[in-house]
Amino acid sequence: MLNVSIYRYNPDVDAEPYMQDYKVDTQGKDVMVLDVLEKLKTEDPTLSFRRSCREGVCGSDGVNISGKNGLACITPLSSAVKGNKLVIRPLPGLPVIRDLVIDMTQFYAQYEKIQPYMINNTPAPAIERLQSPEERAKLDGLYECILCACCSTACPSFWWNPEKFIGPSGLLQAYRFLADSRDTATEERLANLDDPFSVFRCHGIMNCVQVCPKGLNPTKAIGHIRNMLIRSAT
Amino acid sequence: MANMKTMSFDAVIVGGGGSGMRAALQLAESGYKTAVITKVFPTRSHTVSAQGGITCAIASDDPNDQWQWHMYDTIKGSDYIGDQEAIEYMCQTGPEAIFELEHMGLPFSRTAEGRIYQRPFGGQSKDFGKGGQAARTCAAADRTGHALLHTLYQGNLKSKTTFLNEWYAVDIVKNEDNAVVGVVAIDIETGETVFVKSKATVFATGGAGRIYASTTNAHICTGDGVGMALRAGFPVQDIEMWQFHPTGIHGAGTLVTEGCRGEGGYLINKDGERFMERYAPNAKDLAGRDVVARSMVLEILEGRGCGPDGDHVYLKLDHLGEETLNAKLPGILELSRTFAHADPIVEPIPVVPTCHYMMGGIPTNVDGQALTIDKEGNDQVIEGFYACGEAACVSVHGANRLGGNSLLDLVVFGRASGMFIEKQLREGINLKEASEADIERAMSGLNRINNSEGGEKASVLRAELQTIMQNYFGVFRRGDFMQQGIEKLNELRPRIENVALEDKSNAFNTARIEALELQNLFATAEATAIAAEGRTESRGAHAREDFQERDDENWLCHSVYFPESKTIGKRGVNFNLKTREAFEPQIRTY
Repeated sequence: MLNVSIYRYNPDVDAEPYMQDYKVDTQGKDVMVLDVLEKLKTEDPTLSFRRSCREGVCGSDGVNISGKNGLACITPLSSAVKGNKLVIRPLPGLPVIRDLVIDMTQFYAQYEKIQPYMINNTPAPAIERLQSPEERAKLDGLYECILCACCSTACPSFWWNPEKFIGPSGLLQAYRFLADSRDTATEERLANLDDPFSVFRCHGIMNCVQVCPKGLNPTKAIGHIRNMLIRSAT
Repeated sequence: MANMKTMSFDAVIVGGGGSGMRAALQLAESGYKTAVITKVFPTRSHTVSAQGGITCAIASDDPNDQWQWHMYDTIKGSDYIGDQEAIEYMCQTGPEAIFELEHMGLPFSRTAEGRIYQRPFGGQSKDFGKGGQAARTCAAADRTGHALLHTLYQGNLKSKTTFLNEWYAVDIVKNEDNAVVGVVAIDIETGETVFVKSKATVFATGGAGRIYASTTNAHICTGDGVGMALRAGFPVQDIEMWQFHPTGIHGAGTLVTEGCRGEGGYLINKDGERFMERYAPNAKDLAGRDVVARSMVLEILEGRGCGPDGDHVYLKLDHLGEETLNAKLPGILELSRTFAHADPIVEPIPVVPTCHYMMGGIPTNVDGQALTIDKEGNDQVIEGFYACGEAACVSVHGANRLGGNSLLDLVVFGRASGMFIEKQLREGINLKEASEADIERAMSGLNRINNSEGGEKASVLRAELQTIMQNYFGVFRRGDFMQQGIEKLNELRPRIENVALEDKSNAFNTARIEALELQNLFATAEATAIAAEGRTESRGAHAREDFQERDDENWLCHSVYFPESKTIGKRGVNFNLKTREAFEPQIRTY
């Protein structure tokens, strides 16, 4: 039997959060953490968490698993259980709504701040805008972000300044548009980021890189933005 | 009731997936007060899981490609019960809709010329089936759905659409004229119930793959729109038509794109034989999905399945080489390593046909207006009610959808619905206000669940439902089995209506949502079962052992399921092409 300890808090009932211990029979199988949560929910329907695609593309089930942020649906027990114990908490740094469900408002607000959409005010052609495979390759490692918030909620700079520091996820997306040969708003985008907090609060701790379930590298993207900002200032 | 909160919009879209966000975008750009009600944050909708691409004759791979060839393929693929007018509209309008997405920023893969990359998919041909395999599916690597959904969300942010994220629509509110004037919805975070009033209500609620035990569909695909429509007394069409995707990962159900076979992968049995050469000598592994899925099941039933239990086959990709796989199918490498513990670069992926797509749904015309059938058998528009995407049956997929056509369906008809509603709003929509009693009626299902005492757990009942559907209404169907299945559903109905909800708390109560979703799963499953038993022929995805032939004399038509009588009616297929004479039904071979 696997020992599972889960963060519980229901504002309607609980004065404060607590850890609840469960025992789960996994029949020795190396299932995913989400499978354990689903099994527990059949026994205890009050346990609340988000989930949808169960294959690591929708980004719903970002949680803190034995101390590390990740997606429950693609984290096998073999990489998360220590000493027959699995500890599941909500992603850190943002308010908890209930159990493993966090309030992501601040995270989304930072995403919206970077104008996460194509800006190109030249008349659109009758077909697609052409883009070479080399230009398109610059978007690889950027556009795949699933907005799960594993990175931003693992970032000490984001914990300190969630209103002012865009955070690794938002900055990865900022660079996704800066790097797109079809986007014409580079100057405007850089001007919006040019303050002491939005980008420069990143101290290269690289927790984001360590936890990204899609293997993306926000720190590298942030480095590119810094270089662009410095170049545009000189 | 009197103090129930009311919100008011010009247009409300239920569902934040591809079709809902495309419709919302159209309306928000036109300046109308538009809201999207979505039970998950929009980019978590199931469109995100679409992999291989969006099929459309943009003439990139082949400069001489024609949308008419795509139309022919789609009609043939539908086994001739797709509405030809709707298919013509989709294939003809498609390129415009795709280029709009590209201009919005969708990061398509590219050709050396800088155009959108297109790959071959099943059922595609040139020159009306006479010119060999076409490559018509526009792709962003194998993450096209993700790229499309995020682009649409971004477009809606730019256009300032109102999002009611993590709100759950419970039921339709109808006025005294039987017109739809909005929905009752729950704000999941607070538990508050709100009447969301609207001049136009669009259902873009997606599919219901979770009625089956083995599905590629996300947990959220619970047929909420179909369930709500049926409870409101509206019919659904061709609901017996469920696509089983040939390549779901054995055990996990996770989708492996048809693009794998498009890029040159193929299926093998335990003897290493490329068995599709026997079943479809020309198209082989790129025959229609229904054809491939059935061939796989036959291989397994005849003892040529793989693995210790002989219950799956293999998808072989290693011969494509590491470089191609990394460039074209990076997401598949990830999924296979995670869920099948198989690295496709060196070993095949264990796969099995898995429930994937609901071809049927709420019948609509090409403008997205939902339809019912009057006593004389004529189509009747339901005022105020629209549907698009997988929840709708417009019908472009008929009895079998071609790969890559679902993404096209949702952008083309999300867009068309939005444009039509915009026009109607400009001309003025005047529907009578809902009375207290009308709203009360829409609250009754929720009230019942909220006041439940005793009863069984939703998870247990859901698993039972999924097992019944899997066992009695799967890839192959038989009348006497299906009748047994319907009896089992009848036994299950009162237990599901009486589902337990012990936790009555308000804050993010997912148990309440799951109890409500269960009602929609059951409604969809019951309609599927009765329609499947009623269609006494084999056509497309509906394969009956007791009626093995297609029966055009009796069944070259849509089935229409009426929820109040739980009976099946028939509705004619549209053969009225605007640009040429209709495609007459042919024997369908690949």
